[in-house]
Amino acid sequence: MTKTKREVARRPASAAIPSGWEYAPAPESRDIVRVNESYGLYIGGGFVEPLSNERYTTIDPAREEPLSEIAQAGKADVDRAVKSAREAYAERWSNLRPSERAKYLFRIARLLQERSREFAVLESLNGGKPIRESRDVDLPLAAAHFFYYAGWADKLEYAFPNRTPRPIGVAGQIIPWNFPLLMLAWKIAPALAAGNTVVLKPAETTPLSALLFCDVVRQAELPPGVVNIVTGDGRTGAELVSHPDVDKIAFTGSTEVGKAIARTLAGTGKRLTLELGGKAANIIFDDAALDQAVEGIVNGIYFNQGHVCCAGSRLFVQESIYETVMAKLKRRMRTLRVGDPLDKNTDVGAINSKQQLDKIGALVQSGIDEGAEIYQPPCKLPERGYWFVPTVFTNVAQSYRIAQEEIFGPVLSVLTFRTPDEAIEKANNTPYGLSAGVWTEKGSRILAMAQGLRAGVVWANTYNRFDPASPFGGYKESGFGREGGRHGLEPYVQLDGE
Amino acid sequence: MSRLVVRKTYKLFIGGAFPRSESGRTYDAEGANVARGSRKDVRDAVRIARQAGPGWAAMTAYNRGQVLYRVAEMMEARKDELAALSGGADEVDRAIDRVVWYAGWADKLAQVVGSANPVAGPYFNFTVPEPTGVTGILAPEPPLLGLVSRLAPVIVGGNTAVVAASEAHPLVAIEFSECLATADVPPGVINILTGLRRELAPAIAAHMDVSALDLTGADGDVAELERLGAENVKRIVRGRPDAQSPYEIASFLELKTVWHPIGM
Amino acid sequence: MATAPVLPGGFELPLEPRLPRLGSIDAVALEARAAALATRSIKRESKLFALDLAIRVMDLTTLEGADTPGKVSALASKGIHPDPSDPHIPSVAAICVYPNLVPYALERTRGTDVNVAAVATAFPSGQSSLDVKLAEVREVLDAGAQEVDMVIDRGAFLSGRYAQVYDEIVRVKEACAGRAHLKVILETGELGTYDNIRRASLLAIAGGADFIKTSTGKLPSSATLPVTLCMLEVIRDVHEETGRVVGLKAAGGIRQAKQAVQYLVQVHETLGLAWLTPDRYRLGASSLLNDVLMQIRKERTGRYQNPDYFTVD
Repeated sequence: MTKTKREVARRPASAAIPSGWEYAPAPESRDIVRVNESYGLYIGGGFVEPLSNERYTTIDPAREEPLSEIAQAGKADVDRAVKSAREAYAERWSNLRPSERAKYLFRIARLLQERSREFAVLESLNGGKPIRESRDVDLPLAAAHFFYYAGWADKLEYAFPNRTPRPIGVAGQIIPWNFPLLMLAWKIAPALAAGNTVVLKPAETTPLSALLFCDVVRQAELPPGVVNIVTGDGRTGAELVSHPDVDKIAFTGSTEVGKAIARTLAGTGKRLTLELGGKAANIIFDDAALDQAVEGIVNGIYFNQGHVCCAGSRLFVQESIYETVMAKLKRRMRTLRVGDPLDKNTDVGAINSKQQLDKIGALVQSGIDEGAEIYQPPCKLPERGYWFVPTVFTNVAQSYRIAQEEIFGPVLSVLTFRTPDEAIEKANNTPYGLSAGVWTEKGSRILAMAQGLRAGVVWANTYNRFDPASPFGGYKESGFGREGGRHGLEPYVQLDGE
Repeated sequence: MSRLVVRKTYKLFIGGAFPRSESGRTYDAEGANVARGSRKDVRDAVRIARQAGPGWAAMTAYNRGQVLYRVAEMMEARKDELAALSGGADEVDRAIDRVVWYAGWADKLAQVVGSANPVAGPYFNFTVPEPTGVTGILAPEPPLLGLVSRLAPVIVGGNTAVVAASEAHPLVAIEFSECLATADVPPGVINILTGLRRELAPAIAAHMDVSALDLTGADGDVAELERLGAENVKRIVRGRPDAQSPYEIASFLELKTVWHPIGM
Repeated sequence: MATAPVLPGGFELPLEPRLPRLGSIDAVALEARAAALATRSIKRESKLFALDLAIRVMDLTTLEGADTPGKVSALASKGIHPDPSDPHIPSVAAICVYPNLVPYALERTRGTDVNVAAVATAFPSGQSSLDVKLAEVREVLDAGAQEVDMVIDRGAFLSGRYAQVYDEIVRVKEACAGRAHLKVILETGELGTYDNIRRASLLAIAGGADFIKTSTGKLPSSATLPVTLCMLEVIRDVHEETGRVVGLKAAGGIRQAKQAVQYLVQVHETLGLAWLTPDRYRLGASSLLNDVLMQIRKERTGRYQNPDYFTVD
């Protein structure tokens, strides 16, 4: 409206419009968390030194600084933990009144809520995820998960009509590094609700929130041995899987390891559930609410640096709106704030480990080599730490590795389609089947697409939503068994006649 | 006056037809030359079962239930023949009743197994069961009731099946196939192979296009079969030969959860 | 039921092919995005930047039946020098008043770069004849108002008479052309859905709006973060497709500095820095100014403030 302005400037020169609006750093204080110099193994209600005498260093991936020395549990340690869980199962937990079990779990839920800021900071510190996500997603969901399954503990017979569900025994649980505490909650809450005891192995790179969880277990006064935490790398997991006195294995992680576990357990009669990899299709139709779809694309692949098994890593755009969607997407990517996970304004944090960073780098290089076109928004990355700029590939052929393999990083491959049938065919053309996304304003098409997609979770006009009441798990090589909801109890109970 | 009977040639049941084994081999069982299915027969059966899958799964549950009920009708009509080749009339009665029982489940499953999930947010969220895909079944004894008890829950959920019949008592399985062939079961939905378990079972367990595996009737090296099945993350079930429950059906179902926002 | 309108003459062609799907907004996702942007933590110098900006883009408003020349004069003085004790505090963008009070506002703002905006076209309901509305517009223009805030005919819009809505905007725009900038108030609280907000935004832009504006401030539900996000996305689309620049005015219910910062963050991350000027963005408010002044002083002194140290005008 300058043309109607008069020329008399009353405004002081100092108030001239600055050239930019840089948000000042808004770091969450890390003082709320105390990280010990070293941790033992949590067995039988207390920390014990590892019999293996082995330790490794866990770091802050955003600063490449050591945080703590972590025990590498060996065979004897795992055995000790399983014995503790067995004893607790037989003597304390399985014959406790279910309503009492429920109250313990409610206590845990409340304690997690009370200490949520502390956990959120620790999760971001050890895992590299933005504090906004650990604060607004991981922690609320973890607490909600315990609250949800707490209520099931004394109502199991209503979940399994005509049956009297009984616990299985000792559950060995192995979880990944992408949502350390949330995956712990997904594993421990239903197992305990159903009357099992657990030995849980957190991921090698992200043990700290599980170790802090031991303090919640202590505060909740859970009977000793009901929850045991053994830290270590894949060797520890292998010991847990092959331990003869473990009745059930629940694993979340890569398809490769999942298959190895299934082979190890072959013939043992042990129960198994697997939540493995994915290469989800996120399908945008030309009638979609485009600005919201773009948000869904971004949330689908850049949430948690793309370290999400159900990430929408293959974007299928209807050809008629391809240019528009790409323009909007690129524009939106330029607003993503990559950096310090503890900064409250960070959208994309640090890559979890050097190993993962290298893997992402190698796959991205393969995409370039195979002829895909890469776009990365201008982005200033911190000097230290593991970072990867949000990346999108166009001109991607279905046969490229970046369209086939799970990258588990902030890397999106864009493909186009012309008809709904083509979209379904291409979307299903993968050994995985964990999740899928559909964006269209047409109701009947949503339902037809949801029916046609071979995936355990279908997000229509949304993406990456999770809830304790909502079953989650895969088709095909993305695994079997469900976590969440009534269906999430099934892996942890025996029914009559089994 | 005696009359020379016309004997039946016992062949495989694949894609609604009764082919000989592509290998041309037979083996002696129950006094007959029974087709000795090969790895290639397994391959053909799986391919056909995969092709039949979408159509069978897309059929309305009501229709699937009626097809199963029709199977029971056909079994009732061939009761004597089935009895002669199995453990007798009692086994046949129980097998027929079991098929009827499962037929009635077709259009109730989604209500019992599925759910509407109260998530904490403005989303409509529901979970529905869907078939897993091609299911390999090693039929347990007794030869008819065991087969029917493991097959019916697989089929009623919308899966297709490749069945290895009892090696020692295969004849009733072929007799049963003739019931299937006349019961409006779409070709390829159920495929029944006879032959040697040590040949058929590993071929089925290792096949990358078999999605689930029922090892209830496995008598050999179960561990090896499970190892083979791990390669494509097969859903592996070891149930009871005589089980009858919706939980048996659920073992061969995937659960799909769909989210949609609720907004104006 | 209304029949589908024939495309009004002059409707900009680049928008025409998109008319059938103008209303594609997913409410839940829109609200989620708006909520996510509202969690931005704006601290220290970046907060001072935002607070300073909030004043520079403010349309300091009084629209009461009880308004008098004295009240308007006082408000104008406040707008010119929001905090006489602090020379670094800028003036607001405009004073927004009823038509008959325009002269009193101008009397004070003359010689400053604070504009006078007048509401017109039977504000707030828009329920009058076009002739009356146009007469009112001409009157405020003749009185010297530099900006006109018109309301759309929501009754016409909701009954599907889009052409009528469009036509009124075009006529008002013709009257304003070369004399004043036109802000078109959609009164989003009455439109019912985000789809309608998007459609009305496009209609207003097609009709010649320089700004689209959320609300009259006379309804319980006025500006909200999802509503302005929805409108910003329309502005963004129009700019991307045609190069045309349209401004946004958020008005109604914005009382606290914290809210103002949230609105500015939203603009910043949706349209970028280019839109963070009084030429392209306005916050319409009456009581917001003092809260912003309090927050500025708090940031500068580190002390939480007492309202009694800030003048009530």
